[in-house]
Amino acid sequence: MERTSTNHPVIELRNVDYQLPSGQPLLAGLNLQVQRGETLVLLGRSGSGKTTTLKLINRLLAPTGGEVCVNGTPTSQSDVICLRRSIGYVIQEVGLFPHFTVERNIGLVPHIEGWTPERIHLRVEELMRLVGLDPQIASRYPHQLSGGQRQRVGVARALAADPAILLMDEPFGALDALTRDQLQREFLSLQQRLNKTVVFVTHDLREALRLGSRIALMEAGRLVAVLSPEEFLRSSDPLAAAYVQAFADGLDSSSRGAS
Amino acid sequence: MNLLHFFLQNQDQIVELTLEHLWLVGISTLLAVVVGIPLGILSAHWPVWNRPVLGTANIIQTIPSLALFGFLLPVPWLGDRADRLAILALTLYALLPVIRNTYTGIRGVDPAVVEAGRGMGLTNSQLLFQVELPLAMSVILSGVRVAVVVSVGLATIAAAIGAGGLGEFIFRGLAMVNNQLILAGAIPAAVLALSADFGLGWLEKRLRPQ
Repeated sequence: MERTSTNHPVIELRNVDYQLPSGQPLLAGLNLQVQRGETLVLLGRSGSGKTTTLKLINRLLAPTGGEVCVNGTPTSQSDVICLRRSIGYVIQEVGLFPHFTVERNIGLVPHIEGWTPERIHLRVEELMRLVGLDPQIASRYPHQLSGGQRQRVGVARALAADPAILLMDEPFGALDALTRDQLQREFLSLQQRLNKTVVFVTHDLREALRLGSRIALMEAGRLVAVLSPEEFLRSSDPLAAAYVQAFADGLDSSSRGAS
Repeated sequence: MNLLHFFLQNQDQIVELTLEHLWLVGISTLLAVVVGIPLGILSAHWPVWNRPVLGTANIIQTIPSLALFGFLLPVPWLGDRADRLAILALTLYALLPVIRNTYTGIRGVDPAVVEAGRGMGLTNSQLLFQVELPLAMSVILSGVRVAVVVSVGLATIAAAIGAGGLGEFIFRGLAMVNNQLILAGAIPAAVLALSADFGLGWLEKRLRPQ
């Protein structure tokens, strides 16, 4: 991963369009750069194109216009299987393989990459500790885990082959507030240690402010602004201001309700 | 008591015809699985194939079995030996449940799981063999189970064209108005069908993903 010089963005979207085969446009004229080691949050309401943007990066979708580059190479020119194995991917529904144990779920990519069983076993144990799972549950199946545990397995699986890039699509969206809070905290400390380049999709401003080094605000298939959390709170952009207002209203009414 | 006596007396022939019956059903099911599962995968992954494949299998299913045996009789090579012909006909009938259940099983795999696998960099064949087929296996197996149970019954008709099997007893019994003979064919056939149903049902339950 050292071949590219550090001042190049790790992920770059240049004037990217995406439309469905029916011709309906989902993204238009998207320009975005993600720097090494940062957590870029894609914030927007459902249908704004966040997930589509994420899927363009690991080429689950191919852009209908423009270019997506990862590590300086257009994804259209790289081997798509290699590309995806070099990028960790965590989705909201987790997508754990229900017929595999936790250990096989986490160790799948190392396994198909031809690691030795001992090395996979050690790696799985290491990852489980890293994401706060007891290695004792390695032989369980996903349906025997709690929502929070499943999500941790999902993160461990994405980290298995030590990718430099992580794509996370509302990974904590389906969790209860307390578990979500805990996982967000753990994500921050994990990110401090691992220093991955992360693209994180959420519709939750609180999560975006907490986790993001920059926030890319999206609306109706367009990028509205890219702001740091501080800039976001002070932004005069009407959409950003509306988010902040809605967030403040939520706090207001909850404090009123409490008194 | 009489029937038991008859069974004991004709033990050898009953065993022989049961084995013949098993051979007809076994080979035709195997062929249906070998042909049907790939066709099911094809129609699940490429919707263009869905209609022609399932449509053809459906149409074959509607041909009355005696008529199908008759139609195939003049076909060269096939018509030379009655068991070849019977196996082909049974295979054709067994195709529909196998294809349909393979299709349903694969389409029924949670899209999030497939998406996650694709996003992790699984190739299409890794996705098929490690994720889709294992998760669809219990549904596919229930199709095979239906195919086997139907085949055991249908194979009795194969005796009409001289392919052997337990149908021999039944047709002979019908001609001679001899209930014992009919039962000598029908009871082992029913036992075969029930045990296949039970055995495959057990396997299906074991393979069902939690």
